[in-house]
Amino acid sequence: MISDKTFLRPWGRMIEGAENPVSDRSLVKSIRTPFRPIPRSLAVTLSLAVWVVVITGWFALTYSGAVKEMFLPRPDAVLATTVDMALDGSLWEHVLASVQVVLIGFAVSSVVSVPLGLTMGTYRIVQAFLDPLVNFIRYLPVTSFVPLFILWIGIGIEQRVAVIVFGIFFQQLVMIADSARGVPRDLVNAAYTLGTRRIDTVFHIVFPATLPNVLDVLRVTMGWAWTYLVVAELVAARSGLGYISLKAMRGFQVDVIFMAIALIGILGLVTDQLFRLARRIAAPWAN
Amino acid sequence: MSALKLSASPRSSDIDIDKIVLRYGNGENAVLALNGVSFHVERNEFCVIVGPSGCGKSSLLYLIAGLEERSGGTIAVGGKPVNEPGADRGMVFQAYTLFPWLTVAQNVEYGPKRKGIPQAERKDMVGHFLAEVGLAGFANHYPSQLSGGMKQRVAIARALANDPDVLLMDEPFGALDSQTRHSMQKLLLKVWDHSKKTVLFVTHDIDEAILLADRVLVMSGRPGQIKKEIRIDIARPRSMDLVMEPGFIAVKREIMELLKNGEDDDR
Repeated sequence: MISDKTFLRPWGRMIEGAENPVSDRSLVKSIRTPFRPIPRSLAVTLSLAVWVVVITGWFALTYSGAVKEMFLPRPDAVLATTVDMALDGSLWEHVLASVQVVLIGFAVSSVVSVPLGLTMGTYRIVQAFLDPLVNFIRYLPVTSFVPLFILWIGIGIEQRVAVIVFGIFFQQLVMIADSARGVPRDLVNAAYTLGTRRIDTVFHIVFPATLPNVLDVLRVTMGWAWTYLVVAELVAARSGLGYISLKAMRGFQVDVIFMAIALIGILGLVTDQLFRLARRIAAPWAN
Repeated sequence: MSALKLSASPRSSDIDIDKIVLRYGNGENAVLALNGVSFHVERNEFCVIVGPSGCGKSSLLYLIAGLEERSGGTIAVGGKPVNEPGADRGMVFQAYTLFPWLTVAQNVEYGPKRKGIPQAERKDMVGHFLAEVGLAGFANHYPSQLSGGMKQRVAIARALANDPDVLLMDEPFGALDSQTRHSMQKLLLKVWDHSKKTVLFVTHDIDEAILLADRVLVMSGRPGQIKKEIRIDIARPRSMDLVMEPGFIAVKREIMELLKNGEDDDR
């Protein structure tokens, strides 16, 4: 007889706390069953595999000559450019400039949107006043405001920060207000019967109750902040990943564009993971 | 020590309900939920309201808790008129309302903390009330780690730790399976015996009503009114075996008849 443990070993721990050992047959069954968790090691393998597929495909397309290098650079050329720029220090300057713009923009936006969004979701009078305006502004294209920002704020870092803030603030506000509205009424009622004053409801009940949601909203909008980076560095920037990719466009340096895109993606991924970690630490009860 | 002292001299008040009217909506769409409900709950009494669903029995509790606004009539708890929610009226809800971001211990001490009771004293209270509901070993668990019955036990401990004058209970065991419900009823009677709070308990379960109550108020269907009050003279402590006694069954039949008539009224 082979014990269940023998089958368990190659896959290790199950995701989402499923503790029962799996046999080979139930593994096949479980991956075909909707919503069924899969073994963690399989999940990790697959999430690496997707990159292997993408990068192999990239190699195949470029080295086979199917796509001209002018349109799609070879992966090793992109890597070589990255190493060159990292060694001469210019890469770090651009990364730092972009990180600065995104983080400041994100912080400025979030510091206002979280308390205001929670208040908006909690008090109907605030909602009634702000909703029409917010829902109007959040459909306006950020790009069309770039000339106005330059006119109003100039061409310093403030202008780039303003683009990021404009891109995410109103979206954050709407989503945070929504999660505040979703707080169960009886939770608030229970708090009242325990002596919570009305004025304390936002801070004592709505804020902790929505914290996991708020952190998710921040995580998602952080991703959007990265996508607005190129728009922010469209005009009048002297450094930054968006700036160098726009500059590279003029000289058909496709490898530089690819490098900038990849770096923005990687930085986005890093901030995303940091927010996931923050959620686990700040709201351990919601896991 | 302070916790024991506290439970030895518990606060308790009477509840006076006079001609309560509750109307939802305006004009033609208005619904009359409660129409002139009056009754009185004695200090230390265990009073149970039974009625068909939608008769407004839960709304009545929300009105007493000050969580809803009445359309007419007066409510007084301990002689003081009720216009707002307050810590003097503790409530246990049908839905699970433990604060998910707080541990069991932090949930229980939430009310005392709002009142500014010092930490050392709060710690005693938490220990006392968690032991009272049999959850001494779960102080550091989060609500999501508890079963439904355990959550409601914590909710009872949380309400009592705040030392309210009256305890309002809105079908607190409605979502539990019958086994758990029986043990919760037993536990509640024990806790009530120790605390002697005035309890107003709403349920649609007739067995539960008779087992727990000093007095049962039977309500009619919408618009809700008190149809009859029935004093339950079964000696305490009461056991679950009572449900098969002839005396118990006679009361149960009477209440069932009253509720059945209520259905006929609707037609």
